[in-house]
Amino acid sequence: MSFRRVFLTMRRIMQQLRHDPRTIALLLVVPSALVGLLAWSLVNRPGNFDALGPRLLGVFSLTVMFLVTSVTTLRERTNGTLERLLTMPLAKAELILGYAGAFGVVAIVQSALVSTLSYSWYGLAHQGIPWRISAVALCAGLLGTAFGLALSALAKTEFQAVQFMPAFILPQLLLCGLMVPVAQLPTGMRNVADVLPMTAAVHAITPAQTTSYYAEQFAVMVAYIVVALIAGSTTLRRRTK
Amino acid sequence: MTALALEVSQLRVVRQHHEILKSLSFDVAPGELVGLLGPSGSGKSTLMRSLLGVQSITSGTALALGEKVGTPALRRRIGYMAQSSAIYLDLTVRENLAYFAGILGADNSQVEHTLDVVKLRAFAGRLVTSLSGGERARVSLAVALLGAPPLLILDEPTVGLDPVLRQDLWRTFAQLVAEGTTVLVSSHVMDEAARCGRLLLLREGHLLFDDAPAQLLTRTRSSGYDDAFVKLIESPS
Repeated sequence: MSFRRVFLTMRRIMQQLRHDPRTIALLLVVPSALVGLLAWSLVNRPGNFDALGPRLLGVFSLTVMFLVTSVTTLRERTNGTLERLLTMPLAKAELILGYAGAFGVVAIVQSALVSTLSYSWYGLAHQGIPWRISAVALCAGLLGTAFGLALSALAKTEFQAVQFMPAFILPQLLLCGLMVPVAQLPTGMRNVADVLPMTAAVHAITPAQTTSYYAEQFAVMVAYIVVALIAGSTTLRRRTK
Repeated sequence: MTALALEVSQLRVVRQHHEILKSLSFDVAPGELVGLLGPSGSGKSTLMRSLLGVQSITSGTALALGEKVGTPALRRRIGYMAQSSAIYLDLTVRENLAYFAGILGADNSQVEHTLDVVKLRAFAGRLVTSLSGGERARVSLAVALLGAPPLLILDEPTVGLDPVLRQDLWRTFAQLVAEGTTVLVSSHVMDEAARCGRLLLLREGHLLFDDAPAQLLTRTRSSGYDDAFVKLIESPS
């Protein structure tokens, strides 16, 4: 494995984004505006934004990064550049890590912007530590990227890729504890909810828990990221049947 | 003894129960310019992809530059241009070349050199989306030329290009061959195929013809290449 090629791939993806200012704006403005809207809608219910805002941050990062990554990698699969790269000395892991790195940077910028706005302007008074919120947003962003990479293999067109979003994100949104606390779900559902990546992202934000509880949630997210990245790299075939 | 550029023996490719290539055998010596012809669906692209190691081979053997196709060492020694342009539309021409050059381990002077070879220097800073089809094809060719690979596999590089541009590209191929590069190029424009030193003609996965272009005229008693092509394709097998 060559870190130079990982870096080159990361830089190439960032360059592609740079030539697409509208996408950058959507990546940064949409989550910020959504959290702002949420804060505003809860203005007459003191304390509610403090509980909901940080949790939604992870959900937004995961969703946005999932969409962006699945469409970008699908494009790479369909326009022939993936085949060309695989006829060159680029390891599959180098390509995958390049993607994770580039979109990881985007996730960091996105979460930093949203949490800064939340604390300074939207009046967030969360007991959690700001860096933990940023770490969760970063992990959630990487989760989105990793799953986007893996699931893009199942889509043949960008139209299909976009439709994986509701199929992948909405069930998790229902079960992650935002609608109904996970503990109050029917047993079978709770068992599923407990092992979903989005649940870990939401739990990791919950205030006033033990350090080992937080460590466990982060471990779950990192494990999902690694597994999805490995699954993603197995979907890249150097040789077709 | 220098290794042959290509050594293909009884190559068969079966894809989804269809036999695409039926026991092909041929050799290509270093420095040859070989034209690969055939109607669409005859297996040209599959053959090219097999030689690159991205299409799995059902049986038979294929060696490129003396090594089994698909071996990692070959990945910087074969330049490939696919039918789709296979470049990033949302990058500039130079960014595209710089990225692929970096992956190949070729230095930056290679980027500048290939820009000159395909005459794209004036477009270097432009985004590929803003380029015409012909200009995109030249960017794709430039990527294939990075690192000066000894073997080039070009799948329909001139399709959809105007006659002036086609002329230019064929001059480029001739020059590369004069410098010792082996070029396998597919086309379905017969007149330009006649510029090759040798023609391979595929029909339904069989090799129908493997000889100098002039022999094609003699064998089919035709005066023009288009006519010869049609006669050969329609001849009973």
